[in-house]
Amino acid sequence: MTKVEPPGVPVTTSPMARALGMVNVSGPPDIVVRIPYRDDLVGDPDTGVIAGGVVTTLLDHTSARAVAAKLTEATSIATLDLRIDYMRPAKPGLDICATAYCYKVTRSVAFVRALAYDVDPSDPVASAQGAFMLDSNAGRGAGANLQPAKRSRRKALP
Amino acid sequence: MTARNDLGAFLERVPYARFIGMKATLHGDEMTGVLPFAEHLIGNPSLPALHGGLIGAFMELTAIAQLSIVEPQAKLPRTVDISIDYLRSGRPVDTFARALIKRVGRRIANVQVEAWQEARGNPIAALRGHFLLTPMEQDVTPSSPGGIGRRG
Repeated sequence: MTKVEPPGVPVTTSPMARALGMVNVSGPPDIVVRIPYRDDLVGDPDTGVIAGGVVTTLLDHTSARAVAAKLTEATSIATLDLRIDYMRPAKPGLDICATAYCYKVTRSVAFVRALAYDVDPSDPVASAQGAFMLDSNAGRGAGANLQPAKRSRRKALP
Repeated sequence: MTARNDLGAFLERVPYARFIGMKATLHGDEMTGVLPFAEHLIGNPSLPALHGGLIGAFMELTAIAQLSIVEPQAKLPRTVDISIDYLRSGRPVDTFARALIKRVGRRIANVQVEAWQEARGNPIAALRGHFLLTPMEQDVTPSSPGGIGRRG
């Protein structure tokens, strides 16, 4: 289930978001999530630039939050497809923010655009375009993934 | 310095790789990224499932590490763009990834990565990306065939 924390509150629903130190800055309606700069999140030790993976995770998470904010009922959301362009390295020492806009929701899929920036949203670090599956748990109860994976539905040889 | 030492040093040197706990094994010049399961990697605590962004990050690091092995760079390759397909939810177990370098040009490399858990034939996610290169010899002679000539 996706719960949306109020602004200014650290994201607590997801252990990954918590470990990255994500904070909800604002929204809904205008969703902004921030990751404060930390030395252990650096991707290039020569420059101190934050890892691309941190930006990827932030954009993914902010996008899913924008989807949750658009829905009337809480439901499970999973990323189906995410495309990210990295325009420039983030400035070392600065927090990374992301803002996301869910512009279309269908019965099964939601479509989102998102931007990551350090100082100015008009000078973005990265942009993302994503599609998200709604009700992705699809009847699978809590702990469903703790069971062994099902074999793929390939036909057995005769 | 062997590629194996380089790889260990690379993963040790990148703080974010340590943060997610990424390891790797090397057979010849073919690397397999290994992401041992850890609680802080969960995105959906109900199922539970790995965070989608993290799976993307792991595949991106796998691509960068594999590029660094095959095409030694003056600086780390920089990600230009990535496109991730999510095929299955990431279960709370170890995850593996392997990168296939489709093309290395003078400035840009095109790489494809697949991530799997129990069986390589059932991938949980795939990534396609372009990476900006900074070759060792920036002042290569005009006749040099780009990065291919340096392939070890």
